[in-house]
Amino acid sequence: MAAVSDQLLVVAILSYLVAMVCHAAEYAFGMHGAVARAATRQAARARELVTAGGGPSVVETVPDAPSASDLPDAPEVPGGSDTPAAPVPDRARLAGRAAVVVTVIAALAHLGCLVARGIAADRVPWGNMYEFVLAVSFVGAAAWLVVLFRWPNLRHLGLFVALTEVVLLGIAGMVLATPVVPLEPALNSYWLAVHVTAAVFASGTFLVGFVAGAMYLIRSGYEQGKRRFPYSLGPRVPKSEALERLAFRLHAFAFPIWTFAVIAGAIWAEAAWGRYWGWDPKETWAFISWVVYAGYLHARATPSVRRSTATWIAMLGWATMLMNLFGVNLFMSGFHSYSGL
Amino acid sequence: MPAADDAGRNPSRSALSVDTRPEVAPAVPPPPRRAGPGSRLLALARNSWRQLTSMRTALVLLFLLAVAAIPGSVLPQRNINADKVNQYFIDHPDLAPVLDRLRAFDVFASPWFSAIYLLLFTSLLGCIVPRLRDHVRALRRMPPDAPRRLDRLPQHAAAVEREGEPAAVADGLRAMLRRRGVWPGWRAVVRRHDDGTLTVSAEKGYLKETGNLLFHISLVAVLVGVAYGSWYGWHGNRLVVAGPDTAFCNTLQQYDDYGLGPRIDAGSLPGFCVELTDFRASYLDNGQAESYTAVASVSGPDVPDRTGVEFSVNDPLRLPGANVYLLGHGYAPILRYTDRFGQSQTAVVPFLASDAMLTSEGVAAFPDANVDPATGERDPLQQVAFEGLYLPTTPDDPSVGRSAFPAERNPGLLLWAYRGDLGMDAGIPDSVYRLNQSAIDAGRLKRVGDMKLLRVGESMTLDDGTKVEFLGTRPYAAVSIRHDPGERIVLGSVVLLLVGLMLSLTGKRRRIWFRVSPSTTPGSSMIEAGGLPRTDYPGFADEFRSIVRKE
Repeated sequence: MAAVSDQLLVVAILSYLVAMVCHAAEYAFGMHGAVARAATRQAARARELVTAGGGPSVVETVPDAPSASDLPDAPEVPGGSDTPAAPVPDRARLAGRAAVVVTVIAALAHLGCLVARGIAADRVPWGNMYEFVLAVSFVGAAAWLVVLFRWPNLRHLGLFVALTEVVLLGIAGMVLATPVVPLEPALNSYWLAVHVTAAVFASGTFLVGFVAGAMYLIRSGYEQGKRRFPYSLGPRVPKSEALERLAFRLHAFAFPIWTFAVIAGAIWAEAAWGRYWGWDPKETWAFISWVVYAGYLHARATPSVRRSTATWIAMLGWATMLMNLFGVNLFMSGFHSYSGL
Repeated sequence: MPAADDAGRNPSRSALSVDTRPEVAPAVPPPPRRAGPGSRLLALARNSWRQLTSMRTALVLLFLLAVAAIPGSVLPQRNINADKVNQYFIDHPDLAPVLDRLRAFDVFASPWFSAIYLLLFTSLLGCIVPRLRDHVRALRRMPPDAPRRLDRLPQHAAAVEREGEPAAVADGLRAMLRRRGVWPGWRAVVRRHDDGTLTVSAEKGYLKETGNLLFHISLVAVLVGVAYGSWYGWHGNRLVVAGPDTAFCNTLQQYDDYGLGPRIDAGSLPGFCVELTDFRASYLDNGQAESYTAVASVSGPDVPDRTGVEFSVNDPLRLPGANVYLLGHGYAPILRYTDRFGQSQTAVVPFLASDAMLTSEGVAAFPDANVDPATGERDPLQQVAFEGLYLPTTPDDPSVGRSAFPAERNPGLLLWAYRGDLGMDAGIPDSVYRLNQSAIDAGRLKRVGDMKLLRVGESMTLDDGTKVEFLGTRPYAAVSIRHDPGERIVLGSVVLLLVGLMLSLTGKRRRIWFRVSPSTTPGSSMIEAGGLPRTDYPGFADEFRSIVRKE
């Protein structure tokens, strides 16, 4: 079963990679992609040549207007439907749909990988850092599919989700992988299932919330006229208001789960170590994340704080989560040193 | 009433204001010219208080709290691992004293960390007390009357005609709203106006603010529980070797280290004794531990006598007034030393494990060896000690000095003998797991002979004819005995905190008004409706439409 799990991990990584390529293809061939732009630009130039003899040239057909790009699936093609680029978005949409299908396949392989691991170890499959990363990234993928199901026009974000999944699973498979072993006595408690499951769910949801928040910042930066690299992705993501609301709802959903994870951890710590809170590095960083996300929710609820400022606090929150997952496990020793590294 | 009226008249603003904390501290009007120093001081105090309780300040304090916690995870902390702090002092002799003066090794007990959270909690109280008052008032009052122009509200349904006298229609609307939705439904009231119209005012979502207040009050309760626990709690740690002669009782003298809350005195600890009767450990083939179980007998005046009680890593021994936690375990070799006068002494010495295979190090000291039984005279240079390395499973090549497995499959004890002045009489506290290095350096304590590997039952004879025997081992357990009376307060508070959090994040405060006026057709009424979401609630339009369609 352990071997099955390892093979399914490879399948999952490759599928996420394929999904990523499909999303990238959608970008490239989409109506705002480089190909479409080149095509419309050519068309515009052709028209310019036609009209060169008499009257002013028609330069403004070059599609840089963000107004039509509020929805990725907006039917109208900038620059007019008479351009040769018209059939291209169909191919792009096909690539986008294929990406979603492949993402579903990848998530299923991902789930299979976790289940097989759990069967092989005869316990919940999150007893060390490798398994924890696998579980968190699966929740991230599942949360993403739920979001996609409810708001299909967010599909473009899939590129970043797939990218994150490939990176996380790649790190897990190459750096963190450990053979299947039973739990050590300290972890052998039903609180493992409660505490770590809650932490996994909260982290996975925060992950998707982070992606939505980052996209919002890119989009709102673009809307304010910034054109440097990350902001140049702006026209390809949905309207900033919708993204911001999505990011908030994901964080508001994850925050109580995270609170519960910390509480369950404290109850377990009381039974295992004799105190419910001892400022162990993991506990400290869980506390820091909690405080930062609480700050985000408060800032979000305060009208005088700009939404982009609030979202930056959420980004900071995700940085503290990453610090807790990687920094604390790899560089700090404490009671939570079960990473299996 | 002003807040409610404001909400009714200025929907665009109040729809946004989710939180009623002042966004920025409002400026206090300048004091009158003839104000004395007293009133100026009062104005300053009032201004500072407003500043402190503003949302901006609370956010800054939250952020500061997060930042202040970081050094606590990066630098070693005394309350977690004092040895690491000492090591840090050795590694960074210049930096460490400076950091220490900043209390960087006791971050969570430092004045600056306390200052941040105390200010934060003061700010919190300054915010929730007025909000609590307002909320209680709002709960006791009926929803405010409809604004004059319902069409100015974010949701509006133009007047339609319905059959029935206005009074009956309004009562019907009120009943419909009260029944609607999950408990507790809408709070609704009918008001009769002089011009013959009636208004139905309804509000829902009070639980959001209730949850919000519950969350914040619970936070204060958590802090109270933590403070109570640290005042009246206590803990002690020690190693307990298995056997009736090595049992211990719950007094501070018997602990290796302990901590006592400031409001509790040593005499009030519950009286009980614990004897470790057995210790069972099981391991996988690769040496990874699978389970540990300690078996103990408990007796004493303050707890019922029990024998054969088991406790393990995730399952502490819970006694009235104290819990016994199993934190670690190891082996204690038993050594019998027979001195030159033929006097034998036996020592059971816990050795500390230095790796996962339980390779253990320790020292057996016999400071009272070679005392002439006839004269009672003691030669201070004839004290004896043995430095040992215990290998529960001795590898084929014992000189590796590492155990091959944590269980005692092939026990062996590597011993080095020392004779001379152990340096224990100087009264300087020293580790019981190591020999006094300064005595060795000064040549007062000398090694005798070579290292020898002893199996159970074997002995080693020193150059002066004295003999040491390795009789076997006993398991020991490292236990922590703790009592924290604040735990229950904290647990109860965090449960309420979670409930409050979920209510406040999912709740939606909103108001609906109907204006029912007599129609030109006798026996009919005109109904106009308006709705106002008081919190960020994108689904309100749908809800409003479905309610209006029902009426």
